[in-house]
Amino acid sequence: MSLHLAILRNQYRDSVALMQLSAALAKLEGITQASAVMATPANLELLTRAGLLADAPDAAPNDLLIALQGDEGAFEAALANARQALDAKGGKGGSGPAALPANSLTMALERQPDSNLALISVPGQYATAEAEKALRAGLNVMLFSDNVSGADERRLKLLATELGRIVMGPDCGTAIIHGVPLAFANVCRQGSIGCVGASGTGLQQVTVLIDRLGEGVSQAIGTGGHDLHASIGGLSMLAGIRALKEDETTRVIVLVSKPPAEDVARAVLDAAISTGKPVVVNFLGADPARLPQHPQLHYASTLQSAAQMAVALVRGQRPADQAPALDAALASGARTLLGAQQRQLRGLYSGGTFCYEATLMLGGALPGLHSNTPTASVPAPDDVWEVRGHSLIDLGDDEFTRGRPHPMIDHRLRNERFIAAAADPAVAVILFDIVLGFGAHESPLEAMRDTLLEVRAMAREAGRTVHLVATVCGTNADPQNYARQWEGFAELGVMLTASNAEAVALARAIVADL
Amino acid sequence: MSTLFGDKLAIVNLGLASFADAAHTQGADVIHPEWQPPAAGERDTGLALASLFQHPKVEAANQQAYTAYLASQPAWVGMDRALAAIPGMGARMILHSGPPIAWGEMCGPVQGAIIGAILFEGWADSPAAARTLAQSGEIAFEPCQHHHTVGPMGGIISPSMPVFVVCDSEHGHLTFSNMNEGLGKVLRFGAYSDDVLERLAWMRDELAPVLGLAIASVGGIELKPLMAQALHMGDEVHNRNAAATGLLLKKLVPAILRLDIDAELKARAIEFVSANDHFFLNLSMAACKAMLVAAEGIPGSSMVTAMGRNGVEFGIRLSGTGDTWFTAPAPVVHGLFFSGYSADDAAPDLGDSVITETAGVGGFAMAASPAIVRFVGGAASDALAHSLAMREITLGQNPAFTLPALDFAGTAAGIDARKVVDTGIMPVINTGIAHKEAGVGQVGAGITHAPAECFHQALRALAATIAD
Repeated sequence: MSLHLAILRNQYRDSVALMQLSAALAKLEGITQASAVMATPANLELLTRAGLLADAPDAAPNDLLIALQGDEGAFEAALANARQALDAKGGKGGSGPAALPANSLTMALERQPDSNLALISVPGQYATAEAEKALRAGLNVMLFSDNVSGADERRLKLLATELGRIVMGPDCGTAIIHGVPLAFANVCRQGSIGCVGASGTGLQQVTVLIDRLGEGVSQAIGTGGHDLHASIGGLSMLAGIRALKEDETTRVIVLVSKPPAEDVARAVLDAAISTGKPVVVNFLGADPARLPQHPQLHYASTLQSAAQMAVALVRGQRPADQAPALDAALASGARTLLGAQQRQLRGLYSGGTFCYEATLMLGGALPGLHSNTPTASVPAPDDVWEVRGHSLIDLGDDEFTRGRPHPMIDHRLRNERFIAAAADPAVAVILFDIVLGFGAHESPLEAMRDTLLEVRAMAREAGRTVHLVATVCGTNADPQNYARQWEGFAELGVMLTASNAEAVALARAIVADL
Repeated sequence: MSTLFGDKLAIVNLGLASFADAAHTQGADVIHPEWQPPAAGERDTGLALASLFQHPKVEAANQQAYTAYLASQPAWVGMDRALAAIPGMGARMILHSGPPIAWGEMCGPVQGAIIGAILFEGWADSPAAARTLAQSGEIAFEPCQHHHTVGPMGGIISPSMPVFVVCDSEHGHLTFSNMNEGLGKVLRFGAYSDDVLERLAWMRDELAPVLGLAIASVGGIELKPLMAQALHMGDEVHNRNAAATGLLLKKLVPAILRLDIDAELKARAIEFVSANDHFFLNLSMAACKAMLVAAEGIPGSSMVTAMGRNGVEFGIRLSGTGDTWFTAPAPVVHGLFFSGYSADDAAPDLGDSVITETAGVGGFAMAASPAIVRFVGGAASDALAHSLAMREITLGQNPAFTLPALDFAGTAAGIDARKVVDTGIMPVINTGIAHKEAGVGQVGAGITHAPAECFHQALRALAATIAD
């Protein structure tokens, strides 16, 4: 049995609080007697009489004494216990006011200290500062905000690299982390295919197809569209690849991007190879033959093919890059219904990558094609508001969303373009996308039904058939439910395909060489 | 993905609320603050804040500054004359409250108090002559806080005035404050009539020596335990000091009674202190200043180590930015006015007494003193709310100062300028209100907040010191 005495200088506590502390300390294992008191002469005498004080301590009445009797080994824990009780942050008083609602990252982190991701959609001029704060606080960042300068993006991504974190974005619309869809994303089965994509709808297409083919997604990491530019160097894609390399759940990796600058592509593919995992690469529009060849790298020519190849790899099968399936009989049947004047295709997209994929697939096949997601062979239209001939328009482009909600959320602008297309006697096919998932409209079917019925009615009155060709990008677990949307659109006479690539192939087969 | 994204997603959602709802339904932990642009939307200040946010150097510096603040052990150790005691005090110098200010810019009460001090020192024989001398540039005017000194309201201290000497036994530095004259017509509110000057002379010639002998005989009085006890008795030791003054008297009276001096001297001294519920305020301020001096001068620290107002400007200093003041126009105080006065009569916020809030008491300890919120027509629960809100902008809670109404939690202490700017929650200040004209005195009391602009400037300056 030994004694221990701790002196806390000038720590006034009232006697009731100290009696409570004494009682609590005495209950600790290995402590036989404990007393916490202010060091007044009277209290010192009490301690001496209780056998808790060997010698008179060098303490003043304003000092707090903690006197312990018991096993020496128990003292340290008891004192820690006492300090904790004395430092207790306290409550807000029995019926006191509620804590203030959080209004800032500072307060949010106070209330949720284990936060590990900041999802930032504040106006662009403030987004950089919020992202930097989140990174410095040890969080990963998904930056949905746009209007972040290239210089700021580079600075944030260098900081993230230094801190071992990732910045998804800016202008990153889609991610799925630990099965949680972020911003515009679909509810996909969890599994072992990890995706990194510079394109939001590209990631959505790949992940929903993986889900539909019966496999699952480990993580889908967005990088934002500028990440693979030479000035950024693919820092986020590299961070994403590193994360998937370390992630034991991920067995196959899919990379989606427009073709990067040559040295960026080299760095990305080197990183991909270093994962030791099979990697499916869809550099939209790049010629695989001109890209580095490696047994781990598998080039896919469409988003759908990327999903199919990843699924094959996960199942231990040989991946093969396949052209999109086409129901030739359906296409030729549709051709026979067209009037003599009907020769043109109008693509009305809400997903930029879908529009771009269509542009790539139709370039060369449709003479005079214009697209506002232009390629080397397909020019942009002079006026996106007034198009003639074969055309593909991404209505999610800045030109249309300035001061307006995105067409995945608000279908009105696109609906107007449907009516305009139906009124044009030259139009044979309207090609479009229907995007489900979190972030998107709660029911595209309801948002488009009246418009599609009117398109039908207008065509009928004019004695024409206008073919509607589309894909539904979604899963049955999405809030809108893929199957229900599919059935509804099918009932409205929309020719539906499994993927955007198949929709483009079908549309091409209907209008090509007319 | 245990390395990059942890085992479970815990999201802070800044911006669109629908993103939070979606992630939440899919099983993530999500917190959605009602985000507003920090720093009132000033992008540069926001970026300065970002560069300092959880920066390891700032964190370490703040820990060092805050630990020194907590460790400080101020004791009232004696009385002395300003010229003899205060480092850097000049024979023709007058100290004032708040950040530096030139004579021509000063508010009415401060000019009045300076005229009074000049008359008190015998440097001029009429108020007009005193005014001329003050304008002449022959008298140096410097902030009290440039000299480890604090003074309430005008904070006017001239060379022969008596000062409390407070010693931080942990760090060894001294701090000073003048003596509280009571309410009504007093120098600190700008009055300089004969009765004011006579009282000051009595305090210098009779009261201070008596107190000096008494304090010497008891070997000093530790101030933190006394303040802590007063917080349990309804004071917040800024705007309410009734309990603290009583506790002080309990220690002083036996010591005074034992002095070998004329009984009438003893009686007058005890009477004077007893009659002034604010007597302890100046000691509270000197104690707070001592705690904060301990935290000064740590490179990189965003801890606020000084606040003060001169009736025109409100100023703050950070530990990491040295002697620089960051100033903004002094705010108007919202409060209750004595009968016959209104907000039209009020001077803007004035005095060094905001040093108490800087040290975690005063407005920060309002939960201890529900009586105070009645100045702004508030309820007792408002007092708790103010003390709780201050936790959002401080480095910690001071275990030496506990608040019974908040389950004996320590008061929020160590203002972090970064948290102030990010949350937009401004330090709350309990204060008296001076009449805008010299010599009228106190016209009310109430609650105000430090101006945000001071913190914006301070953060930008601190960020410049951290930038690589």
